Amino acid sequence: MSEIQYLPGKEPHPCEHRLIFKNIDRQGWDTSIETYMADGGYDQLKKALTMEPQAITNEVKTSGLRGRGGAGFPTGVKWGFIPPGNTKPVYLICNCDESEPGTFKDRYIVHQDPHQLIEGMVISAFAVGAHTAYIYMREEFPEAAITMEKAIEEARAKGFIGKNINGSGFDLEIWVHRGAAAYICGEETGLIESLEGKRPYPRIKPPYFPAALGLYMAPTIVNNVESLCHVKHILEMGGEEYAKLGVERNTGTRILCVSGDVKNPGYYEVQVGKLTMGELINDVCGGPKDGRKVKAVIPGGSSSKILRADETFKIGRGDDAKEITFWDIQLDFDTLAACGSMAGSGGVIVLDDSRKMSWVLNNINHFYAHESCGQCTPCREGSTWMRKLSDRIVDGSANPEDIQTLEDVAYQIDGKTVCAFGEASSWPVEAIISKFRDELIAETSENNKHLSKEQLQREAYLAQ
Amino acid sequence: MSDTDTKLLPKDVAAEKGLVNVQIDGHWIQVPKGTRMIEACKIAQKEVPHYCYHPKLSSPGNCRMCLVQMGMPPRLAPGQDPEYSEEGYQEIGWMPRPVIACANTVAENMGIRTQGDLVEKTREGVMEFLLINHPLDCPICDQAGECTLQEFSVEHGKGVSRFKEDKVKKPKNVDIGPRINLDDERCIMCSRCIRFMDEVADDAVLGFTQRGTHTTLTCHPDRKVDSNYGMNIIDLCPVGALTSKDFRFQMRVWFLKETNSIDVNCATGTNITLWSRGDKVYRVTPRRNNDVNSDWMPDSHRLAFHKQVHAESRLTEPMIRQGQKHEVADWRTALEAAADGLKQFDAQEIAIIASARQTNEELFLTRALGDTLGCSEMTTIERFGEADDKLVSADRNPNSLGASIILNLPSPGARLSAIRDAVRSGAIKALVVFSEDLLADAGFTQEDLDQLELLISTNTLANPTAQASHIVFPTASFAEKRGSMINVSGRLQKLNAAIATPANSRDDWEVIRDLILTITGNKNEVFMIEDVLKAMTQAYPEFEGATYSKIGDLGYTVCDTGVTIPLIEKEKARVANREIVG
Repeated sequence: MSEIQYLPGKEPHPCEHRLIFKNIDRQGWDTSIETYMADGGYDQLKKALTMEPQAITNEVKTSGLRGRGGAGFPTGVKWGFIPPGNTKPVYLICNCDESEPGTFKDRYIVHQDPHQLIEGMVISAFAVGAHTAYIYMREEFPEAAITMEKAIEEARAKGFIGKNINGSGFDLEIWVHRGAAAYICGEETGLIESLEGKRPYPRIKPPYFPAALGLYMAPTIVNNVESLCHVKHILEMGGEEYAKLGVERNTGTRILCVSGDVKNPGYYEVQVGKLTMGELINDVCGGPKDGRKVKAVIPGGSSSKILRADETFKIGRGDDAKEITFWDIQLDFDTLAACGSMAGSGGVIVLDDSRKMSWVLNNINHFYAHESCGQCTPCREGSTWMRKLSDRIVDGSANPEDIQTLEDVAYQIDGKTVCAFGEASSWPVEAIISKFRDELIAETSENNKHLSKEQLQREAYLAQ
Repeated sequence: MSDTDTKLLPKDVAAEKGLVNVQIDGHWIQVPKGTRMIEACKIAQKEVPHYCYHPKLSSPGNCRMCLVQMGMPPRLAPGQDPEYSEEGYQEIGWMPRPVIACANTVAENMGIRTQGDLVEKTREGVMEFLLINHPLDCPICDQAGECTLQEFSVEHGKGVSRFKEDKVKKPKNVDIGPRINLDDERCIMCSRCIRFMDEVADDAVLGFTQRGTHTTLTCHPDRKVDSNYGMNIIDLCPVGALTSKDFRFQMRVWFLKETNSIDVNCATGTNITLWSRGDKVYRVTPRRNNDVNSDWMPDSHRLAFHKQVHAESRLTEPMIRQGQKHEVADWRTALEAAADGLKQFDAQEIAIIASARQTNEELFLTRALGDTLGCSEMTTIERFGEADDKLVSADRNPNSLGASIILNLPSPGARLSAIRDAVRSGAIKALVVFSEDLLADAGFTQEDLDQLELLISTNTLANPTAQASHIVFPTASFAEKRGSMINVSGRLQKLNAAIATPANSRDDWEVIRDLILTITGNKNEVFMIEDVLKAMTQAYPEFEGATYSKIGDLGYTVCDTGVTIPLIEKEKARVANREIVG
């Protein structure tokens, strides 16, 4: 890889380990299949088609790959959930509805390296026995849709998609489906409903686990763009070798998308868990802006719980128990979960001491209130109520009581909804209030007495 | 557990019968495998509040009102044997998060808590969310009194509101169909109506637009809810979002008396509830009968009562024709006039037009009248329309089967035309007509009727036959009488009287009885309609052992006609497919 040259200013940081992003912002790189094949592209596909599908699944299981979309569920295990003896068609869906605020990794793959995704998808489809695959592309990626469709045509012309791929007897069609700009379409069952042409209302689980009752009630595997790309590299390296990257139970590389108040925001592909929060922010990203201090970090996309820079965490159990500072947090799934947050989609949002937490809270609430699909009661009504409450905190018309109400509302949503959107919208609120309560209360006043229009009308009527 | 070898565990006992053991609020019960948790709780007499769940529709699990706490035995490590308590159950590990009871099914050794801190807090939270943007306009809302939002807010709500923000504004008084009004602010987005129109009415015209808290129920562009089954969504709506244009603002529901009865507009015999106050029926709603009409009824039948019960043309007094005018008479005079009139004719000169709209009891007495007169010419009038492949039967008479059994009529149409010919030829000089109009439905002409020397009719409404009759008896509408009918699939069902007959009109069976008594001069021995049914049990094998309490609210099958009701067959298929509970 030493010969790879990157565009000026886009060179990888020495801490990085590039697999997926090997070709992103690469000198002389383009999206054509010729460029990709000249770089060894589609070799893994050819190899995969000579293997037993189960052997590929086993490699993925051995690799320990965990889904990169947000939940971090082991990909190989997910593939294994297709009911044995299934007679229905199996579908593979690539979830390219990357819309979690703070996350910007998949967009580079679909814009700059489409064939990597196609190769990963064909291998994965072969492994799970799918003959139809969809790429669910978010509406905001119009260029990527064109790029992907062109790449699919190129791959078809070379015989990597279509009937009898590379002479193996395996058939696969890949379709690009464009969404209509709704965050909820990233939820896998919402995505499936949308793909079926309906409103993207997430389905209840049970009974509608996609691996058994997914698209058109047939077994369906939904994987994130990055996860599918990893499959190609797992095959290239072998599952065991791949598992040596990263740390135990958190293998491979992942792309961290750092945004906010650091000197060098951007994407960084690193080995999972090999970097601490301090190394990421201070070394890789150049630290906070001059004269500023890091106040807090949202580590895995806007829905993950915020971490204070001055917090300490007790992690591990029994003999392994230890106390670590914020700066020592290893950026892997398990450590972040032990710290009460999550690795999520890898969107790291850094906030420095110039940021008001009420504003952060309100900004997040606006997003979730706008994106709630409206299917189930707690999320539909609660997300907008939270927004209205935080609106008043920001404009200074809130009473300290309102902070308590806001926290109660968040807990009334959490764990009671059809899909994980309930947690996505309530966790940030719960965390910000519990960790920055004093700061929020300082923005309120006991003298504030807010009444709704209806309440004002009633008071006016009663005063007559 | 050394005695496990000798003693069967509860799970084995249950499994032999296809059941599972479920602990509900501390009590173990056995329910069939695959039962939904909410239905298991119902069996245990524990009510689980819910909005979106309906046993006849698919379960989207969107209202979140039925959240309960669930527990299962802890997962065993490889090689570990399960441990059983003295009663033979495994210990239940309770889940920290609530689950919906409507769509999840029970499993062996499952625990369900419909009470406790977690469940109560959850319900309180969901109730609060449902109410924050609700207009709370109960004083002017038709649903008040039968609104589950009201009921559950009393049982599970906070009682006070913490919501100080402005409510979301949505469309009000939306005309979504010729018979239905929509208030979007009251809607709680349970989607029952959407699912009904899609899954049962086969006319998916409803849907949501917008998203989040702005989600709005609406009709598809350029469409209306004009299906003949549309009004069922009014009954389905758990709140006052969908209201009936016919019933809205007419009466508070708590003043209404409910009477279980059956519909008389076609041979299906849809089970209904009549909602009345005083002498007025205010509305008709379908009543669940899984073998007849499920939970539904066609709009055409639902609204028919207006023209049948409370019509301007209702006959209220017995009348005798004097020249071209009818004079009001008392019952004794009218009955004697009829009896005397009939005695003037030979038995061969008299014919009786009975009706398949009559109850079995009336038909039985009609036959007795025929026997009294020695009259053998008797028939009913057939009435056919289009079947709709759901609930409306092509046979528009409600009791064709009963008429065919009691009057022994293999082909009523042929006999009717024979009678018509005999009237025209002058062979038949006197006609007794029950609850029918000979001009509109039986092919008679005004000249035919004018030619008759004696025409006696009973009816609820004035019609050309009544106009032409020498003697007219005013009788009861379906809402005012008791009696039984047999539907298209051979099911014996009963009518109940919701209101009294208006003014001097009388129940049909009494009129026929009195006419017989007036003719014979015998002493009355039939005092109650029960006596009529009792006499029928002796006369017909189909009625053997029949009593009104045996017929009950749902009826029972007395003969196998082989005829099925399409909507019921479709529902059975969905139940078998586990799409719905049924």
